[in-house]
Amino acid sequence: MMAQTELERAEETETMTVREAIRLALREELERDEDVYLMGEDVGLFGGVLEVTGDLYEDFGEERVRDTPISEAGFMGAATGSAATGARPVVELMFSDFAGVSMEQIMNQMAKMRYMFGGKAEMPVTVRTTEGGGMGAASQHSGTIHSWIAHFPGLKAVAPGTPESAKGLTKAAIRSDDPVFVFENKMIYEQRGEVPTDEDFVAPLGAAAVEREGEDVTVVATQRLVGESLETADDLAGDVSVEVIDPRSLYPLDTETIVESVRKTGRLIVADESPLSYGTHAEIVARVQEEAFFSLDAPIQRVGTPDTHIPFSPTLEQEVLPSGDDVRDAIDLLT
Amino acid sequence: MADFDLESAEGRLEALRRMVTIRAFDEEAGDRFADGEIPGFVHLYIGEEAVGVGTCAALESDDYIASTHRGHGHCIAKGLDPKLMMAELYGKADGYCNGKGGSMHIADVDAGMLGANGIVGAGPPLATGAALTIDYQDRDQVAVSFCGDGAVAQGQVHEAINLAATWDLPAVFVVENNGYGEATPLDKQHNVENLSDTAQAYDIPGLTVDGMDVTAVAEAVAEARARARAGDGPTFIEAKTYRYRGHYEGDEEPYRDADEIERWKDRDPIESFKRRLIDRGELTEDEFDDLQAEVDAIIEEACAYAEEAPAPSPAEAYDDMFVDTPPEIERFAEAARTQTDGGRAGYGSGDDTDGDHRGD
Ligand SMILES: Cc1ncc(C[n+]2csc(CCOP(=O)(O)OP(=O)(O)O)c2C)c(N)n1
Repeated sequence: MMAQTELERAEETETMTVREAIRLALREELERDEDVYLMGEDVGLFGGVLEVTGDLYEDFGEERVRDTPISEAGFMGAATGSAATGARPVVELMFSDFAGVSMEQIMNQMAKMRYMFGGKAEMPVTVRTTEGGGMGAASQHSGTIHSWIAHFPGLKAVAPGTPESAKGLTKAAIRSDDPVFVFENKMIYEQRGEVPTDEDFVAPLGAAAVEREGEDVTVVATQRLVGESLETADDLAGDVSVEVIDPRSLYPLDTETIVESVRKTGRLIVADESPLSYGTHAEIVARVQEEAFFSLDAPIQRVGTPDTHIPFSPTLEQEVLPSGDDVRDAIDLLT
Repeated sequence: MADFDLESAEGRLEALRRMVTIRAFDEEAGDRFADGEIPGFVHLYIGEEAVGVGTCAALESDDYIASTHRGHGHCIAKGLDPKLMMAELYGKADGYCNGKGGSMHIADVDAGMLGANGIVGAGPPLATGAALTIDYQDRDQVAVSFCGDGAVAQGQVHEAINLAATWDLPAVFVVENNGYGEATPLDKQHNVENLSDTAQAYDIPGLTVDGMDVTAVAEAVAEARARARAGDGPTFIEAKTYRYRGHYEGDEEPYRDADEIERWKDRDPIESFKRRLIDRGELTEDEFDDLQAEVDAIIEEACAYAEEAPAPSPAEAYDDMFVDTPPEIERFAEAARTQTDGGRAGYGSGDDTDGDHRGD
């Protein structure tokens, strides 16, 4: 699958935030396909606790933008049963930490039904959920769990780092006949950028975006760390030429684009907010060393959360959360 | 159109045939499991036939059911083909799930069967979801979930009922109360005697029916179906029944005594329904013997089919994970198709594997 680079961006764009880009994606898909409906806690009348669904309830009505009881196992299971029988539910799971209460339906039903049934079920369900620290929301509302989902066979996982990817990935997820989780980092909802206005623009699942081209070091960054890595790269311009790749889709993962970049630069940093051990970083590192070990000129570096939960106090939270500065330190180490 | 209904003599005979088929299928499955021919574990439905058949007698053929780990009876009651079921128990390519599901996961979504389920209590949310699709798309169907008395202690069952009740969805929750969750009796799992009392919490009708009586079950479900179709929401039906066999095949059943089993057998659902049909002049003993022989032949044929059916090819292990197979999986499938073992080694052949960088 072709990666999207800065050079081949859409012509018609509009500036908007990540939040607006996701809302636009939802609106366009609700308009395009009657089988698509949204559900989740307070997504309707209230417009979503993180205000993503906004005014969709007014425009599409309570059948299509459905408030659920606080019942994650119930509605995640209902979405699964509904998808298997011909509708295209888009569920908002308010905070990804709450996946715990619905994990049975996610792992044993949603992820396994198609396979267990010998392919005789489709599961066009999208789960949108928020991740990440930075708001002082403490441990139970700041987690980054995409590694669990990407690790679990039968589920696809995407995580946008820009408004453009946010729109494109949300639409691709909704159009997919497989279960797709969209992990929205809550600290980038206000981030602004150019977003294609074409209603058929999607960011294909499994295609990375080269957000910045460079020669000396490859930074594979996700979510909030895409923007922070781009800033760091700008700061270092002239001294070090940094290539920034947003994989966007964590499963499936565009190995080719990452490997190609590492073959060019010989250096790799993986920056992702999830905990460092046994996760997203490890997967990317493993694939690169399997395919491009002899192209590496330096040990691969990982930037992530140091296996802690996210603490409440701002000083503690800043201590553990990875940032553009950590990416810069890693670049310093390698160059 | 319903496949069969108990209002007609023909439908009553069909109900009897399905109950007899379930029993014959499960007896055979039990024997073949004991002989080591069927892998995994099997949970038999013998004794509970009236619940599945009574329920399906009240449904239209395109209604949905979500089943349990004890699902063979539900499949046959819904009209699934014993040949494809037995082939699935054998793990064969021609089984309902191409050998990927086995006894605990037989499914045929197009036939309205949303799967047997290895997770206790997982079916009700799926049925609620099917009912949501029906409601959302204005379709003329209902979705029924079966679950056991043990499952009623699971949180997600209550979430499913609450959701369906709150949204007035066309769902029916049928609880098969056979007195035990594995080895633990009902009174050690619940503080209510009638599980249907829990319906009060959702302000929906809850009723307890005789699960050994196919007609009683069918009447309750027919009423629940009509209510669901009228937009009045779900019904909770508890059918009191009994399983004659152990929880799973091989269960030594230290938790109950033989007398108890015999007492329930006196009210055998097949025997009593058969008697009723004979009393009504709709069946003779000879005709029953013919029906039994016909069913035995079907089961024999199913077994022969399952034995002969081809095993899946190893490459099929990589099919059906997604609609589009991602490269992560495709490379293993490719290796299996070409029968090399190279694909398991790693992500690719790698760069510079001739090793000129070694020792840099
Ligand atoms: C979530 C879960 N917990 C435990 C089990 C193990 N298990 C399988 S069947 C069963 C008993 C279920 O009892 P009940 O719901 O009454 O159904 P019955 O077997 O009586 O038909 C248990 C505990 C399981 N499969 N899933």
